[in-house]
Amino acid sequence: MYVAVKGGEKAIRNAHRLLAEVRRGDLGVPELSVAQIKEQMSLAVDRVMTEGSLYDRDLAALAIKQARGDLVEAIFLLRAFRTTLARFAISTPIDTSKMKAQRRISATYKDLPGGQVLGPTFDYTHRLLDFALMAEGEVPEVEKMDASDVAMPRVTDMLDHEGLIEREIVDDEAPIADLTREPLDFPAERNLRLQNLARGDEGFLLAMGYSTQRGYGNSHPFAGEIRMGEVEIEIVPEELGFAISIGDIFVTECEMVNQFKGSATEAPKFTRGYGLAFGEAERKAMAMALVDRAMRARELGEEIKAPAQDEEFVLYHSDNVEASGFVQHLKLPHYVDFQGDLEMVRNLRAEQKQTELKMAGE
Amino acid sequence: MTHNTSSDVTSIAPEAAQIAARQSWMALLARSQLQRLENAWADLDGKPEYAVLRAPETGMVMVRARAGGNGGQFNMGEMTVTRCAVRTQQGHLGHSYITGRDKRHAMLAAVFDALMQEPTHRKHIEARLLTPICEDLAQARNNVASKVAATRVDFFTLVRGND
Repeated sequence: MYVAVKGGEKAIRNAHRLLAEVRRGDLGVPELSVAQIKEQMSLAVDRVMTEGSLYDRDLAALAIKQARGDLVEAIFLLRAFRTTLARFAISTPIDTSKMKAQRRISATYKDLPGGQVLGPTFDYTHRLLDFALMAEGEVPEVEKMDASDVAMPRVTDMLDHEGLIEREIVDDEAPIADLTREPLDFPAERNLRLQNLARGDEGFLLAMGYSTQRGYGNSHPFAGEIRMGEVEIEIVPEELGFAISIGDIFVTECEMVNQFKGSATEAPKFTRGYGLAFGEAERKAMAMALVDRAMRARELGEEIKAPAQDEEFVLYHSDNVEASGFVQHLKLPHYVDFQGDLEMVRNLRAEQKQTELKMAGE
Repeated sequence: MTHNTSSDVTSIAPEAAQIAARQSWMALLARSQLQRLENAWADLDGKPEYAVLRAPETGMVMVRARAGGNGGQFNMGEMTVTRCAVRTQQGHLGHSYITGRDKRHAMLAAVFDALMQEPTHRKHIEARLLTPICEDLAQARNNVASKVAATRVDFFTLVRGND
């Protein structure tokens, strides 16, 4: 028999005080400021903004500080905050071809208009711990070069001119799903899938994308182009009736180019997978592009046999706030449920014993 | 994005030209450093009075993107935005929408948007505020671009022995 009880308020209050103390750590060490996190942990900030689905560097940095560096917890905090804000407008679609790119690489063409621009990358570092960073050191002088504006046409447009890659379908009258307003619905259109992937957990998408490379839904990807930089945000406020430019945000874009054997009605050609994330988030954007392409199996008439091609599996499990909530709810009191199970197991065991005794007696 | 000052766009039809001019100064005000706006306000002779129609408030804009960069639209994620609306004594409405949550920035941007519509203030604001913002932005852009340019790869072909 279980009787509902109340209690724990004092323990909870004290636990939260203890949390605050542990968060602060050794008082002999200077406290970390939100500005420091924003400036020096910028890739963590970018991940929290992307998966928290809210572009605000200060708030993401604050969330990281509050969460003691637990990025999934910080993402949860940002998601919770966004529910307190009203939506003023929807932007006109960002134009990534006009991006002021701070990195742009292609793995499909060596010499391409605009060139290969590395930007601030971890690539080609030796991944050796740099003990110099344990001391407060000076940063090396950065080289500068003449930066006359060079056009950077899209790699996929170059393939498009030859007719070797599928065209993106543009239908600006088509309804656009918004999973912040409507729950997931299947079959999911590509716009809904992309919104889900854009805020999906990087680790999950990385693993799913990796699985497609290892043969679970083989899609033969090439990194057609990766670019990151600032894009302009434009809205058309009702009270003005014309478009205004309200600022710039930093995004990372990845276009994967994938093989497609063709079908009875279509000639062989390349297909596309698309990844887009807030901030500098190259791994996330690449993984997203792989999974986007894999989930296009239905549309392209490919056999759906791998997890990454299964839109219900991917879309239902990509969100780390939902996943973390459901996994962690197991910590909540399940006393009554467990009491029921306990009772059942006891009864089953008793029945089994009875049967055994009866068998032995016969 | 190209920033035009109002005098550059007189060749277009008058109303369209007015809108284009306003679009370019609003884009600059939205990107200004707060200190520039504060200084320009402090510099203003005889502070013009204004009524706040919509106190600065923070909300969100849903960022739309296109699959493949140029295909079907999708909702990428939201961003914080702060807006404000004022009316000057002369009856001009000033609006602002800025990225982030700085309410003071939104307020001053709205005030300057209204004052830019008043011939008595326009020249002064262009010279003392908009031009410096343009310069700040250009300098920041060039600074980043020149560092990035130094990371552009120059491929060269190695001389092969069997030639």
